[in-house]
Amino acid sequence: MSDVQSDPGRRKFLVGATVAVGVAGVAAVGTPFVLSMFPSARAKAAGAPVEVNISKVEPGMMITQEWRGQPVWVVNRTPEMLAQLAKNADLLRDPESEDSSQPDYCKNINRATEKHPNLLVVVGICTHLGCSPVDKMKAGDSGGMGSDWPGGFFCPCHGSKYDLSGRVFKSMPAPLNLRIPPYTFITDARLLIGDDKKGA
Amino acid sequence: MKIAARLLDWVDARFPLTTVWREHLAEYYAPKNFNFWYYFGSLAMLVLVIQIVTGIFLTMNYKPDARFAFASVEYIMRDVDYGWLIRYMHSTGASMFFVVVYLHMMRGLLYGSYQKPRELIWYLGMAIYLCLMAEAFFGYLLPWGQMSYWGAQVIVSLVDAISPPLALWIRGDYVIADATLNRFFAFHVIALPLVLLVLVFLHIVALHQVGSNNPDGIEIKEKKDPQTGIPLDGIPFHPYYTVKDIMGVVGFLIVYFGIIFFMPEMGGYFLEENNFIPADPLKTPPHIAPVWYFTPFYAILRAIPQKQLGVAAMGLAVVIFFLLPWLDRGLVKSIRYRGTIYKTALGLFVAAFLVLGYMGTQDPSLWYVNPVSRVCAVVYFGFFLLMPFYSRLDKTKPVPERVTG
Repeated sequence: MSDVQSDPGRRKFLVGATVAVGVAGVAAVGTPFVLSMFPSARAKAAGAPVEVNISKVEPGMMITQEWRGQPVWVVNRTPEMLAQLAKNADLLRDPESEDSSQPDYCKNINRATEKHPNLLVVVGICTHLGCSPVDKMKAGDSGGMGSDWPGGFFCPCHGSKYDLSGRVFKSMPAPLNLRIPPYTFITDARLLIGDDKKGA
Repeated sequence: MKIAARLLDWVDARFPLTTVWREHLAEYYAPKNFNFWYYFGSLAMLVLVIQIVTGIFLTMNYKPDARFAFASVEYIMRDVDYGWLIRYMHSTGASMFFVVVYLHMMRGLLYGSYQKPRELIWYLGMAIYLCLMAEAFFGYLLPWGQMSYWGAQVIVSLVDAISPPLALWIRGDYVIADATLNRFFAFHVIALPLVLLVLVFLHIVALHQVGSNNPDGIEIKEKKDPQTGIPLDGIPFHPYYTVKDIMGVVGFLIVYFGIIFFMPEMGGYFLEENNFIPADPLKTPPHIAPVWYFTPFYAILRAIPQKQLGVAAMGLAVVIFFLLPWLDRGLVKSIRYRGTIYKTALGLFVAAFLVLGYMGTQDPSLWYVNPVSRVCAVVYFGFFLLMPFYSRLDKTKPVPERVTG
């Protein structure tokens, strides 16, 4: 071997080629491992729409329904509550819900459909860090929210406040209004959360 | 005895047993002036061993399944013989790990142990600290209580603020769910302990390459006995420091088992009350806070009224420690020979860290929590970011030639 002339250029090329093939091999074998950590087919399938009976939700009441593992609130607002919503505009960060996430048919002050303006259907997960806000629907000081509280929801984790349309107040840690999922009314009493195509 | 000697020869011919013993214990020369602060390195290793051993035994009865996890922990606590002891050793061990590691890091700050030539030891130590935080976070989800669930929800939402697909990838579901619990279990019991052990090994290899710093911040290798080549201020690690460290272990175990037997929940600081309620994805507990060792960073997150900035500041508060060797332009290592400016700065920093830790446990709607946190956050970052200036201005005292006992 000692009398064989070494060729540094050739050696460099071979080392480079070996490294390149090795890196490609590691990347190729790593890909399935990385991808295995995304939601499985079962987890994706569990995102199916859920149906909920809302006939017993009286005005001023709310119920919580689980959809995709998240709490979805159905809030039946009284006419007084709806009247208050328009007055909140100056206090809110995104009163027209321009930056927030909702279906087009809910992009209004009520954040509800035209036919059922009293019913708010909203994902009860704070847009700050994912806690579930608590019900402070009653206006005024009774819930410890101060006498000028217009009614809404309060996130206990970092103190974000939302109004009764799930719109976030100004200078709160949460950046956006609560998310409205796609939904549709099968009948006036039966609500389908997670899908807005008729007959689904 | 002859057989033992022959056996040792047999091993030495095949494995450097005697060499390792000499180089790292019997003839590893450490400065003779170690004080109280030098207990915490060996104690951290002790706690690591306790966590691994108790963890193995917990795994024998724990079930990483969202349906059974909470009940299996209660089963360990009530029905498994001495299950309560093993579980409390593990939960108290987690908090004590952070107590010991924070004191160990404090020692580095006091005596400039991160300065040249020990930068790499400091970086490896910081990597251990980050790994430990991840290990604690993954482990905290496993009991599947309300704090487990909502704590994980908040932390993963921090990732979501930066990259939603990454958060989805970490959770393996659209919310914290069974898939999340299962993979956090895998990280907690296999992946991170392995990384932790490798990092601890490297930390010690790097330490033994340059030798320990000491409370005077003097390089003992610069003054050696001309005959033997042994540092004049050095003493063999074994038996001197093995015996000293055993003293530390005894003291530590008294405190540790005192907590386990008399106040394992530590008034809600080591085990939070809400975590005795099973996880409920539909209902957040009225007041959530992380375990105490994360609260200084959590207080910084909350103090900043903008989501992405808050997350960034919290992350920076942790990783900024990496920059210490570069930020510190001081001429001396030890606090003993630093001037008033550095002493004041360090004092303010420690106070800010402790106050932030307290604020992080408090309800954010109390009027003083966020304003005080903001002031402390400014002090916290000021300590690091202004260090290149004040550490250079500081009027230092002359450093002695030899260590001062």
